[in-house]
Amino acid sequence: MNVVDTKSEKHEGWNLPPAVAPDGEGELLEVSMGPHHPSTHGVFRMDVTLDGERVIRLKPVFGYLHRNHEKLAEGQTYLASIPYTDRLDYICSLTNNWAYALAVEKLAGQEVPERAEYVRVILGELTRVQNHALAVGFLLQDMGASGTPLMYGFREREEILDLFETLTGSRMMCNYMRFGGCRVDPTAEWLERARKIVAKLPKFVDEFEALLIGNEILIARTQGTGILPPDLAVNAGVTGPVLRASGVNYDLRKVDRYSIYDRFDFKVPLGEHGDVYDRFMIRLLELRQSLRILEQALKDIPGGPVMDPKAKIRNFRPKPGEAYGRIEAPKGELGFYLISDGGPNPYRYRVRPPSLINLTILEDMCLGQNVADVVLILGSVDIVLGEVDR
Amino acid sequence: MKTVEEIKAAIEAAVPGAGVEIVLNPGPAAQHSLRLAPESALAVATFLRDDADLALDHLSNVTGVDWPDKEIAEKVKVTRTVAKTVDGVEQQVEETVEETRKRVEPGCLEVVYHLFSVAKKHGPVVLRMRTENRSDRVELPSMTHIWRSADFQEREIFDLYGVVFKGHPDLRRLLMWDEFKDHPMRKDYVEPDDYEYEPTPHDHVLARAQEHQKKIEAAGNKE
Repeated sequence: MNVVDTKSEKHEGWNLPPAVAPDGEGELLEVSMGPHHPSTHGVFRMDVTLDGERVIRLKPVFGYLHRNHEKLAEGQTYLASIPYTDRLDYICSLTNNWAYALAVEKLAGQEVPERAEYVRVILGELTRVQNHALAVGFLLQDMGASGTPLMYGFREREEILDLFETLTGSRMMCNYMRFGGCRVDPTAEWLERARKIVAKLPKFVDEFEALLIGNEILIARTQGTGILPPDLAVNAGVTGPVLRASGVNYDLRKVDRYSIYDRFDFKVPLGEHGDVYDRFMIRLLELRQSLRILEQALKDIPGGPVMDPKAKIRNFRPKPGEAYGRIEAPKGELGFYLISDGGPNPYRYRVRPPSLINLTILEDMCLGQNVADVVLILGSVDIVLGEVDR
Repeated sequence: MKTVEEIKAAIEAAVPGAGVEIVLNPGPAAQHSLRLAPESALAVATFLRDDADLALDHLSNVTGVDWPDKEIAEKVKVTRTVAKTVDGVEQQVEETVEETRKRVEPGCLEVVYHLFSVAKKHGPVVLRMRTENRSDRVELPSMTHIWRSADFQEREIFDLYGVVFKGHPDLRRLLMWDEFKDHPMRKDYVEPDDYEYEPTPHDHVLARAQEHQKKIEAAGNKE
């Protein structure tokens, strides 16, 4: 047990977490939560100072999974980095591929055939469905609903991963998208199978909702916990479902209209209170919207090539310049910033990781809450450490 | 969305003597950027965030870039007078010789900010700042008090590039451990000699093993 002096902590500026004063009774307790704890979703540590059960200081500690992804990418060709982007957010490898391919296409000014755009949207939305199913499952696991909801999420995810495997050859490390299109063309049988799986999914969401929404324990633990005000969320660069749970209407699929998202009819669900409950509900509502997009995309998908025939794969050297490309990944805004000096390798390769930047306000959300809620709040942010530490 | 020229004009009207430069991007993406002078950067950033037309409230991405010292070799024609013996008589003759001259263009560390607007739904506006050199004058103002999202990203750049952000509330290494000395993302970073034993080393692993062995022997002989 350590006694710490919180007075030496200086907080300047209007947007930094306010210092929470201890009530003056008893000693303060410093707890190191993680790095090897199931609730931290990977190797992640938080230095928490407690006054009784109340959190008065929380500092996240990173770097346990750091392998300098960006430096490694600077040492190899543009193409060779694609399989490596799979390992960033290893739950959603296809959206990582997509964001990187989009940034390189911006850098080199490449076009993507229409069919490839449809395939990308289908795979991107399937990735979002399985990520959200898993995120909700893990959140309930953290809450003490041991196993059952998580296994429901896993059950649906497994069917989607089987789809990925038939198309790309791998369940999780898909390595599928290329600059100017996609690697292989999905067959008619594959599309038919995808349609069947998508048609079954709304039933799963209904079942999930029926089991969980009215649950008294869930409501008692999540409502009013870890509130994130919208102005702070925008200022702290929070993106994705966490930002929209605070009521900020900012979805890159609507804002940037990248790819062909302007052709689909879907809504952006928004939260009202910005607490853990809203973040949980937002994911279920986004699941339904993703299924709507999937239905439309699977219906309208045209024929044609899946790869731009003019696209250069070997000896790919974009002209000097730079580009920042971003997409709405399931966890938030995933961006890639590339600087080319005309050589075969990128001069600078930067990943804008949504998981890391969403953790900026973790301390603000946890201050004054009970230590048991820290696990819940972290679970509602939905992080993957492969992306946080890179 | 305003163009870079219009944004530059707006900044210069609001912050006199801001010293903003336009950096053109020759690539097809055409995301041009504005280079700020570090002295006036905070005032400019506050203006960009609070201005009603721009409302750049979302600092999405902060990137460090390393530009090492560049040695540029140039061929220069030089005319000089040389003493020469022509037909048995010593004369001063002018002669033009081509010479290769080398000059070193000093490097710097650069920080790039990508700004978007959540309220107006436009962007990106790209800002850049440069340090004076790469060794001792590496201070830049921190944007954390204007956009909170710079917090961890500036810590990462401090860690991996060694840019010191003045005014950052908690400037510590983010990814590497505290005792680590170097900055691994710099272009001239040398990896430590951390060869591990392999039962049947071959190719580059063998070469590294032999090099490692030589170093150990040299160190042993000294003692």
